[in-house]
Amino acid sequence: MIHFVVHEEGDGVGVVVVEGVKKGQELVGWIMEDDKELKITARSDIPIGHKLALKDYKPGDTVIKYGVDIGKIVAPIARGEHTHVHNLKTKRW
Amino acid sequence: MDLAKSTFWGYKRENGRVGVRNHVLILPVDDLSNAAAEAVANNIKGTIAIPHPYGRLQFGADLDLHFRTLIGTGCNPNVAAVVVICIEDGWAKKVADGIKATGKPVAYFGIEQHGDHDTIMRASKAAKEYVQWASELRREERPLKDLWVSTKCGESDTTSGCGANPTVGNAFDKLYPHKVTLAFGETTELTGGEHLVAARCRTDEVRKKFQFMFDRYQAIIDKHKTSDLSDSQPTKGNIAGGLTTIEEKALGNIQKIGRKCMIDGVLDKHEEPTGPGLWFIDSSSAAAEMVTLCAAAGYTVHFFPTGQGNVIGNPILPVIKLCANPRTVRTMSEHVDVDVSGLLRKEMNPDQAGDALLECMFRTANGRLTAAEALGHREFVLTRLYESA
Repeated sequence: MIHFVVHEEGDGVGVVVVEGVKKGQELVGWIMEDDKELKITARSDIPIGHKLALKDYKPGDTVIKYGVDIGKIVAPIARGEHTHVHNLKTKRW
Repeated sequence: MDLAKSTFWGYKRENGRVGVRNHVLILPVDDLSNAAAEAVANNIKGTIAIPHPYGRLQFGADLDLHFRTLIGTGCNPNVAAVVVICIEDGWAKKVADGIKATGKPVAYFGIEQHGDHDTIMRASKAAKEYVQWASELRREERPLKDLWVSTKCGESDTTSGCGANPTVGNAFDKLYPHKVTLAFGETTELTGGEHLVAARCRTDEVRKKFQFMFDRYQAIIDKHKTSDLSDSQPTKGNIAGGLTTIEEKALGNIQKIGRKCMIDGVLDKHEEPTGPGLWFIDSSSAAAEMVTLCAAAGYTVHFFPTGQGNVIGNPILPVIKLCANPRTVRTMSEHVDVDVSGLLRKEMNPDQAGDALLECMFRTANGRLTAAEALGHREFVLTRLYESA
């Protein structure tokens, strides 16, 4: 069963595609472009559609998704944690 | 799917364009004419009124856009005939003359010196003639290239970028070699991925025009923005669905133009494409505004991927909705025409998803009502450029 998807190898976040992911749950991810799997432990409850970090981040880091810059980290994140508006911000506007 | 020999059944219009619907439109030029237009549509079954709040004291480029959008809507080949109603004769005639250039039947009525009662009676008589005439028009088999297909996504979430939008991209890549006229837009919603769009422009000239439109829209945002666009871009719904930044939203959005098709031209908000290929339409990213502009540019079928469940339709342009979010497909199934949630479970591949969308496109073109049509979604929203005088 696939719990989250990653667009391509090198992306720093994955997208949860099932409902009800809980902290501590072992998750299976699918890297779509490369058709590979990876495993990760959720460190937060994460709603469907929301992102989890695939690595540790510190403030000022850039997050890559689709192989492209999607914004900057504004609060530390550990691998497996929920990544959203509380810790990731746009570099535009 | 062998698209080389694929055909659909459409209505060939006087100017050679082919429609997939056969509407008789009751078109108010201004807010004051809505009541009469709706009364006519109520009197004459099978006609459709498209009320809107604008048309008074607009001027310059904003007024020009208003006229061109109304005229473009009337000219759309999904429309068989039009009854134009305005508070006075002059602008009614101006809009009617614009539509008449297609060769389709058009009548116009001004309310001043007549009142609503007399206007509604005379307009109803014209509408009855048109609807009976239109009801005898027959569909004929037409080649795929006669279809014009636009796209815009709405209430997107992260599943849009990995499921529904790449499905549109797959379908666009398949349609493009067959000389279908395609369109996308949503100028601010390319922010963060504009370099990827620029790289897909066929010539330097097209690229320059795209960059001009992109920069022009960014200047508007910069002029009026507060912080982080106040939950407008991304929207509250986008954020609830897991999208965090405009860059992330844009990169998901851009999946809709596939991987192979090139951008052959760039259109301002009131321009029509002049040939087959993929066109960028400078536009708002608000769903109804963008789809209204696509209809005014002459597009006849629309692909609308959603994540969180945007319910939009259009009065004359069939809006096909597709969704990859399993929760939305479950909770809002009445709005979804094509369920591609299997993509995220590896039960469907992008090629199969693209084919499923194309199959729905042919059925829709041949006459099947979309979910939005069956549910009565007729959002018609005119884009304004600035304040009225």
